[in-house]
Amino acid sequence: MLPSLGYGILVITMLVSIYSVSIAIYGETTKSAAMVESARRAMLLTLPLITAASLILIYLLINDRYDVEYVWSVTNRTMPTYLKITAWWGGQPGSLLFWSWLLSVFTASVTLRKWDRDRELLPWVLVVTGITLTFFISLIVFFENPFKLIPAGVQVPLDGRGLNPLLRHPGMIIHPPAQYLGFVSFTIPFAFAIAALITGRTDDRWIRITRKWTLWAWLFLSLGLVLGMRWAYDVLGWGGYWGWDPVEISALMPWLTGTAFLHSVMIQEKRGMLKHWNMILIILTFNLVIFGTFLTRSGVLSSVHAFAQSEIGPLFFIFIGATFVISFALLIHRWEDLKSGTEMKSMLSKEALFLLNNLLFLSLLVISFWGVIFPLLSELFTGSKVTVGPPFYERATGPVWGALMLLMGIAPLAAWGRSTLKTLGRAIWKPALAALLAPILAFSVGIRNWVALISFTLIALVITVSIREFWRGARARSRKSGGNFFIELWNLIKRNRRRYGGYIIHISMVLMGIGIIGIEFFQTDTQQHLAIGETIEISGYTLRYDRLDQFRHEDGRLITRGEMTLSKDGKFLETLAPRFDLYPDGQPMTIPAVRSTLVDDVYVILVNWEGITAESTPFKVYHNPLVKWVWIGGYLFVFGIFIAVGSDEERKKV
Amino acid sequence: MKPKFIIGGLLIVAAVIYLIASSTSANAEYFMTIEEVKAQESEIIGKSLRISGAVLGDTINYDPDTLSINFTVANVTGDNDEIEANGGLAKVLHDAVRAEGTPRLDVVYNGPMPDLLKNEAQAIMTGHLEADGVFYADELLLKCPTKYEEAIPDQAE
Repeated sequence: MLPSLGYGILVITMLVSIYSVSIAIYGETTKSAAMVESARRAMLLTLPLITAASLILIYLLINDRYDVEYVWSVTNRTMPTYLKITAWWGGQPGSLLFWSWLLSVFTASVTLRKWDRDRELLPWVLVVTGITLTFFISLIVFFENPFKLIPAGVQVPLDGRGLNPLLRHPGMIIHPPAQYLGFVSFTIPFAFAIAALITGRTDDRWIRITRKWTLWAWLFLSLGLVLGMRWAYDVLGWGGYWGWDPVEISALMPWLTGTAFLHSVMIQEKRGMLKHWNMILIILTFNLVIFGTFLTRSGVLSSVHAFAQSEIGPLFFIFIGATFVISFALLIHRWEDLKSGTEMKSMLSKEALFLLNNLLFLSLLVISFWGVIFPLLSELFTGSKVTVGPPFYERATGPVWGALMLLMGIAPLAAWGRSTLKTLGRAIWKPALAALLAPILAFSVGIRNWVALISFTLIALVITVSIREFWRGARARSRKSGGNFFIELWNLIKRNRRRYGGYIIHISMVLMGIGIIGIEFFQTDTQQHLAIGETIEISGYTLRYDRLDQFRHEDGRLITRGEMTLSKDGKFLETLAPRFDLYPDGQPMTIPAVRSTLVDDVYVILVNWEGITAESTPFKVYHNPLVKWVWIGGYLFVFGIFIAVGSDEERKKV
Repeated sequence: MKPKFIIGGLLIVAAVIYLIASSTSANAEYFMTIEEVKAQESEIIGKSLRISGAVLGDTINYDPDTLSINFTVANVTGDNDEIEANGGLAKVLHDAVRAEGTPRLDVVYNGPMPDLLKNEAQAIMTGHLEADGVFYADELLLKCPTKYEEAIPDQAE
């Protein structure tokens, strides 16, 4: 009964959104306000409909309704309720429903508010989001019904198969939704861009309206990436957090174009330039978002994320292809209108450096995209199966990341319009000199890797330049007003949130860079079989193997737990207990034990699940220097976005 | 657009093409079966290869002092559909080890003895072939399909 109701609601939702799209197009072209209004209401109706369907699904998940295939495939009786709820996005059909629900929420919030202010653009925004929503809901209705019952005549299973154990982690509550929020919210700026192209309102209005949407989308996309890294580090037990897995790359690609977009819209707002460019970037970003969803969901590429596989792949390709062709056709149609009045003059002006930043982000995109499609191309054209692994990405993107860091150090000091080497040099020599302390310090503690030394210099440069901007601004204000330095610092940030939030984000990025350099250049590992009482040494640390426990958890998994004492120079530091869980369905899970400090992490795992005995237990130990800075940078990053996303105080008053 | 911007843009494009091309050729890994390796032995010396094979239990030789392991692997197909058609991975590995005429390859790997390295395990190795016809593996992943049909995702290994 309930499953049929849920499915029925989804069918109705699909019809309603098809109705909304067609009547919006018809109403706009025939100038019928009543029809457009009807389209808007229909679109608003999809929100309660999808919400109801989702609530039904959640109800079924919580109440162990194993007569529903999806519920059976992603939950079982031993899972806690919160994980049963997260199973909403634990498999293909549910995650498509979740995607649709988010899109519906966003569309509703766009169409509910400020409808009259943005009256020319909004009907077309509604058309774009409506088409996307129709696409996703149709996939659910025709191919991936989460309410599908088990075949008639088959006895209802007593227990479900359960969520993949790798996903039974508190991180599962936030990583996928954050990633999806990021993906889905980029639909809104894209929809406004297309609306601007269709209506010919090609000034920077669409950019101003979607500024916050873009920042929020970017926040969630970034958060999704960082949380995914953290989850991989804590759960997957391979000593790192980023493996250049195709799905990771597919989430990184829209981030790259999105980041470029965030920067270049500022040039359009301030100087009226790069209008074509912004259109291209947002179209690319949206297509990469759909491509990312498709890669995660289609199982074309084998990856840690390929939990769900199905035949909807070709449909995604058709959707991406159609979006791409139509968007670029519209762009070419409006090409002349988007020409800018001003021309770029100086190579060192702020706008030129922004453009360079964009080109670098696009270079990263091209490199990443090449890495993903190279195996497919190679098999197609030469017949030999070839692949490129992490070393390819590290080598090819490394110099580009370096150049980006250099830009983050220089660009804040460049002036709009015209800048020369002389003015720039005058602005930069002090922070650059201060930044030289970093490599000197690194050299004195024994670091001889010159790439790392250069990277540390660049990181320090970004930090000194950014902090100096805060300091100069606040000092100038406090001199002028005679007020307290810190109060003026706060006022400074409040008056120009995007600029100073941006600097905080720059600092957070290079802090993450410290961690990345630590793991890229200085990670070491060692592997050894130990009997109880024996020790293993790594980078000055000693780990003594103390005891081994093996027991069955109430949910049926067999837990093997080793206990080790970590010490340095004879001084006790911590007890580390790496674990190996074997689930009843044969799925193993390696859970590392980590001691994390600002300087380094000691990361221990139990390597193999077979034949672990007290006399011979295989341990693998990683020494990951500086990796904690990745997470510190992540927190600061979120803080920076919250600063940047708020409205400037001065602008409010106007 | 001023010429200096066009030149600058072209320089960036050239740099990116160079980075991609050089990194690809330095890091491309060729998936090959042992049969293919044997057939093209002379052409692929030194190239980075990814090879899968069935471990011959009798040939495993471990020297705990130098942490070096020698063993021989027998050819198995790289095509998943073919594996399924021939009765699953466990059977394919079993047959590969028992058959007389299958191409075989000697492997050298340095590291502690993995527990899973035993007869009829599937070894997935990356490394390169040297002129002596021996495959020097930098990375060794092992799967024993008899016990757990479902492999852990690649990254978790």
